[in-house]
Amino acid sequence: MGKLTWAAIPLDNPIQMGASVFVMVFIGSVLAIVTFKGWWKYLWSEWLTTTDHKRVGVMYVLLALLMLLRGFVDAIMMRSQLAIAAGSAPGYLPPQHYDQIFSAHGTIMIFFMAMPFMVGLMNFVVPLQLGVRDVAFPVLNAVSFWLTATGALLVNVSLVIGEFARTGWLAYPPLSELQFSPGVGVDYYLWSLQIAGVGTLLSGINLVTTILKLRAPGMGYMRMPVFCWTALASNLLIVAAFPILTATLGMLLLDRYIGAHFFTNDGGGNAMLYFNLIWAWGHPEVYILILPAFGVFSEVIATFTGKALFGYRSMVMATMAICILSFMVWLHHFFTMGAGANVNAFFGIMTMIIAIPTGVKVFNWLFTLYGGRVRFEVPVLWAIGFMVTFVIGGLTGVLMAVPPADFVLHNSVFLVAHFHNVIIGGVLFGAMAGYNYWFPKVFGFTLDKRLGQLSFWCWLIGFYVAFMPLYVLGLFGMTRRMQHYANTEWQPYLIVAEAGAILILCGILATIAQLVVSIRSRANRRDLSGDPWDGRTLEWSTTSPPPRYNFAVLPRVESQDAFAFMKASGTAGEFPEQYESIELPGNSPNGFVTAFFAVITGFALIWHIWWMAILGILCALLTLLAFGWIERVNVEISGEELARDARARMPRAEPV
Amino acid sequence: MRMRKTWSFGRVPAACGTALLLESCRSVGVLDPQGPVSAAEKLILFNATGIMLVVVAPVILLTLAFAWWYRASNKRAKFRPELVYSGSIELVVWAIPAMVVFLLAGVAWIGAHELDPAAKLQSDSKPLRVEVVSLDWKWLFIYPDLRVASVNQLIVPVGAPIEFALTSATVMNAFFIPQLGTQIYTMPGMTTHLNLMADRAGSYPGLSSHFSGDGFSDMQFMVQALPGAEFDAWLEHARGGAEVLNTDAYDELAKPTKKVATRSYADVDPMIYEHILQLAAPMAAPSAETK
Repeated sequence: MGKLTWAAIPLDNPIQMGASVFVMVFIGSVLAIVTFKGWWKYLWSEWLTTTDHKRVGVMYVLLALLMLLRGFVDAIMMRSQLAIAAGSAPGYLPPQHYDQIFSAHGTIMIFFMAMPFMVGLMNFVVPLQLGVRDVAFPVLNAVSFWLTATGALLVNVSLVIGEFARTGWLAYPPLSELQFSPGVGVDYYLWSLQIAGVGTLLSGINLVTTILKLRAPGMGYMRMPVFCWTALASNLLIVAAFPILTATLGMLLLDRYIGAHFFTNDGGGNAMLYFNLIWAWGHPEVYILILPAFGVFSEVIATFTGKALFGYRSMVMATMAICILSFMVWLHHFFTMGAGANVNAFFGIMTMIIAIPTGVKVFNWLFTLYGGRVRFEVPVLWAIGFMVTFVIGGLTGVLMAVPPADFVLHNSVFLVAHFHNVIIGGVLFGAMAGYNYWFPKVFGFTLDKRLGQLSFWCWLIGFYVAFMPLYVLGLFGMTRRMQHYANTEWQPYLIVAEAGAILILCGILATIAQLVVSIRSRANRRDLSGDPWDGRTLEWSTTSPPPRYNFAVLPRVESQDAFAFMKASGTAGEFPEQYESIELPGNSPNGFVTAFFAVITGFALIWHIWWMAILGILCALLTLLAFGWIERVNVEISGEELARDARARMPRAEPV
Repeated sequence: MRMRKTWSFGRVPAACGTALLLESCRSVGVLDPQGPVSAAEKLILFNATGIMLVVVAPVILLTLAFAWWYRASNKRAKFRPELVYSGSIELVVWAIPAMVVFLLAGVAWIGAHELDPAAKLQSDSKPLRVEVVSLDWKWLFIYPDLRVASVNQLIVPVGAPIEFALTSATVMNAFFIPQLGTQIYTMPGMTTHLNLMADRAGSYPGLSSHFSGDGFSDMQFMVQALPGAEFDAWLEHARGGAEVLNTDAYDELAKPTKKVATRSYADVDPMIYEHILQLAAPMAAPSAETK
């Protein structure tokens, strides 16, 4: 069994063991409920094997919400540790455990919370906004999701069997090399990300193809909703950047598994190479996350002001400018590595230049609000909270793009505060805005408004309380990733930060309560119109939830904000004279089965169980090939069926 | 302990008032610069923030103001759905961030050159060379010209430029004294260069700011900036010790240890820094030595 022995289960660590037992009880009870209720068949045919972009999107978001909980547990453990570990107090987490927690927190929050959330929203929304029936490659889409889920699963398995990396979320060598990290932690990190990375890349290719090749008749590029533009930019970045990540982690794997010397101290290896490569992926990654969030805010602000977005062309140009510039700034992550003044100055200035299109976006949102008629629904609260918070994060970001300022702020908790400022204030607020905005479209009923507001205020205030003290501490010279600190003067600030984390916890609980309350009272909050917010784009022109095929007849697009135009010209909801039959991709277990073998392969590689790894890879490849060979079973829906369906679903579509 | 008492001129910053905190209250880091580099960096920090606030503060206020005034229930606000494009507004919204960035780019370009870590500092005093080695998990400071060395304690003369050459004997770390300015990575098998100076006598905390493993949190050291005479006295004292930093003593020191007490070496093998560079990055054929 390779390196795997009973010693891999952390029986001696009560905190870790408690977490493991909790996770296993949770998974066990979910499985038990499903079995007891006899839901397996439904689950298998409607979800696990689905190729419907909407359901795949929902599963992505569900994964993201689960991982948000996991990542947040890590966060609050760290905050609690630092709130008490002042002076000579050791706190309750020993370094070897604390180091795993901050590594897992970063890895999970970026790769398995923020990424699936954004990919999930794009998966659900983009085909609907483009007025088409699915993504370009529906089966591949399911495969992508299941590979991402595989990565998330492996990270969480490390909680129960073995350990996670103790290297930080980017696993910088030489610390992550075998010489300094001989355990399986880094291997868990590497294989999780490699497998999930393949999923992300495939999903990127899929969405790029969808946006470039599948659009409703008449939907030229300059009529695409801004969210589709940002999705295009984000996915182009995925296609360009993720291979760099895969290659970089691949080299580190070669170092660890076959004794190569890419980044080792000896044999001519050089860790600086890793820094450059990982950030050549890492900085575009930041924009992969934030661009779709910008898209969400653009949609939300336009919808709830009852106005078209101000400066659409500017917005598109700014988006594409960010897309290109994001590849030219990676060195600002290590100004303190001793590069010359010219190099540092160049990358500093390039970084600032990105602030120009970003600033333009903020101004365009501002002028969309100007002269609007703002309805303060929950999504718009998130959007305004974002605008206020994000510009502060932008300010501190540009500040650190000035090399001499970075020389004293780099690696400090000021930096930690900065990136949480843009990732919580930008990406997470965007995800929450999108979640509240599109939820009625996904499930056919709206989310509770008051609990939504409560969640927003807890998150917003919690964010400021948790991270403003870190800005201050960073200026005081507190560095990140410390497990304890001698200077007791810092403790009050860290206690305040912990209070902020508790407020954020309230925000998360409010979100859960909002979901539960809304589901229980769904009968009263049905969205029968399909257009609960007076939306402007095509997803609101179909029913909530949309039928499997999205649109019985593909909409004809005649302007920007296609649905708003249809409503204004009275052509919305017109009932066609006759329906033509359509073909849809059938279910495919390809993704689920491939992912099953990917889990086995990943686990075997982590523990050096070679026979199992070979078996796993062979089975995964055979699955892919087999399903690739089998003639796809498409489902055909006849015109009569569509007509019947349309009458049942959308009363207003009745011919007069 | 006698030493410490004599040479601790820790200036208590005004920012920390209460007597209760005084004991631990030694610095407010970056905000309390004690040398020309850190003072210049603090100035740039404030200037850049000020320049950006000119735009950022109004944007925040306008966001809140517009959102409030144009709320749907406000009947006095004029609804202008046709306002979706304006050439002049577009010009302004591209121009404002562009001008700010133009200004900041100047700050960045000049700052990056004037405060280049490798650039030597101007001073009438004779520069002091210090070789810095990050180990698991402590700092070794070698004074090659003075032939002494110390662990987790850096003693420097006030007003003299310090020319640091830095490397790491294990994983990467970053050498950082917040009150003196600029941090820099220490990397195995490579030397980075850093120039700092203390303008005032005092003791300033230093640390590793790049995570390096389990003992990272205790990779702290104290910098004591001493007036010339007191520095000479310290030197005298250090040379009176018994320990010599040669390859054997280094091998002993290099073993991973946590929370290491300060110590000094009375004499130093002149080739020890080169030796450490070679050890950390042997260029041997990539055979089985990783095993």
